[in-house]
Amino acid sequence: MAEHLVKTYRKGEVRALDDLSLDVAEGTVLSVLGPNGAGKTTVVRILTTLLAPDSGSASVGGIDVVKHPDKVREIIGLSGQYAAVDETLTGWDNLVMFGRLYHLGKKAAVVRADELLERFSLTDSARRPIKTYSGGMRRRLDLAASLIVQPKVLFLDEPTTGLDPRGRQEMWGVIEELVKGGVTLLLTTQYLDEADQLADEIAVIDHGKVIARGTSDALKRQVGGERLEVVVDQDHITATMEIVAKVSGQQASLDAGLRQISAPVTTGAGALIEVLRNLDSAGIHPLDVALKRPSLDDVFMALTGHVAEEEVAAPAGKRGKK
Amino acid sequence: MRAFTDALIITKRQLLQLARVPEVLIFSTIQPVMFVLLFRYVFGGSIATGQPGGYVQLLMPGIFVQTTAFTLAATASGLAEDMTKGLIDRFRSLPISRSALVFGRTLGDGLLNVVVLAVMGLAGYIVGWRPSSGIFKIGLAFIFLLAFGYALSWVGIFAGLAARDARVVQNVSFLITFPLTFLSNAFAPTTGMPRALQYVAEWNPVSTMVAACRELFGLKNQFGATAGSFPSEHPLTMSLIYMVIIVSIFVPLSVRKYTTAAKK
Repeated sequence: MAEHLVKTYRKGEVRALDDLSLDVAEGTVLSVLGPNGAGKTTVVRILTTLLAPDSGSASVGGIDVVKHPDKVREIIGLSGQYAAVDETLTGWDNLVMFGRLYHLGKKAAVVRADELLERFSLTDSARRPIKTYSGGMRRRLDLAASLIVQPKVLFLDEPTTGLDPRGRQEMWGVIEELVKGGVTLLLTTQYLDEADQLADEIAVIDHGKVIARGTSDALKRQVGGERLEVVVDQDHITATMEIVAKVSGQQASLDAGLRQISAPVTTGAGALIEVLRNLDSAGIHPLDVALKRPSLDDVFMALTGHVAEEEVAAPAGKRGKK
Repeated sequence: MRAFTDALIITKRQLLQLARVPEVLIFSTIQPVMFVLLFRYVFGGSIATGQPGGYVQLLMPGIFVQTTAFTLAATASGLAEDMTKGLIDRFRSLPISRSALVFGRTLGDGLLNVVVLAVMGLAGYIVGWRPSSGIFKIGLAFIFLLAFGYALSWVGIFAGLAARDARVVQNVSFLITFPLTFLSNAFAPTTGMPRALQYVAEWNPVSTMVAACRELFGLKNQFGATAGSFPSEHPLTMSLIYMVIIVSIFVPLSVRKYTTAAKK
């Protein structure tokens, strides 16, 4: 889809995209994962014809976005951080208006609006101004507006940023439904679990470059094996650390606040059983035991050398909550 | 053709907004009506005009022009809000004509002006405004006013797209339109101003518009000029020239700005 894209801002001072290339196979979901300022939105803006790249080329559905932006606009849907709906109008008003702008006839636009409201469980609030909607409802309506003419390729730019956990769950459900329907989807997110949950493939980007690419499993394998975690009470920490270290063959680390001891293991469940057996014969009863595969957070940490700054970065310059 | 229907859909959106939040329409008509009453009764008594029918005859054209000039601010802040909310991006990702949104918007603001001018005219009539030039010329004056507002709303489009923040737009357009409307012959004779300002006031498009409207309403433009300059001798022609200049600069500029506009 995108080849060697370069985009700089402020006369070259900021390199938003630095020779970035991406592609999404038809009918699959690619998640572009990265912290704030990594260049996610810039990629989406270029692919949706809102912004022209300084160099490089990009196409959507085989159509060049720079040469034939009008043709591209006919086959895409865009929703999320940077696309929006009219807040003073009702949900129904908005969908009918956008339907008309997609050149549906009056009747067809009304029919389609009703269909979409039904599908996104918004029928009850269809006649209320968007201002009165919750964050989750707003995003659903926003998404509905991008689906008026079945887009071939759908772009969702941080679809859940700023939503509460319930809103996120609802949004994920809706997106999963869509994916089952076979749409090609490019989704950007700064939430690692979101990429994990929704995407076939993940492209991790940082400072305008793709730094890793693959399925969620492959990325995790790249970082390493599993970790064993044991939580015990204060008195048994030292003894437990010795046991865990012996089974693991490596130094165990301690999170003193959580009283959690962890170490990398290679034998999976076998290691778990062995540790438990040893703890039992030492008369130690663990409060919690877990065998953890690496999270995408670990992947991110390992790839970028810094943590995914979702907590720090999320509020800065985001639309999200009012 | 398609561009035209697209523009109409955008205009319809604005009318729908007014229907959903009628307060907007109510307050945008109350404000000019308030100006009519304030100027009529506060200044009206102390400004000697020698005009049969009194100050209100000269005042009304001034207030009409002032109100249409404020269209600039309305258009600009409306558009800036669409920008910050991300609506402009959505419109730009749709397969619609590049100019549909901006044309639709100016058309909508123009329609709003029709309502506002009608209400003000009525308010003026109640407090004693009696244009004497006959229906044809009065109608022509209103068409002239609408055209002036329409031309200025193109400046508003550009300002709205160029601005970073909706609140800034509101303040800046106020900073432009307020002196522009007062540094004119709209409310008081320019002859009382310092000499240098008199020239500014005379060439001010607001003054030429007000003078043109006074002529069309059948009045002598007593608040007019001192120096017998071209704009004060030919206010109608000069106003038309101004409108043509504004439109031919700001229509292409705004459309271009829209196609490259980015949410800041």
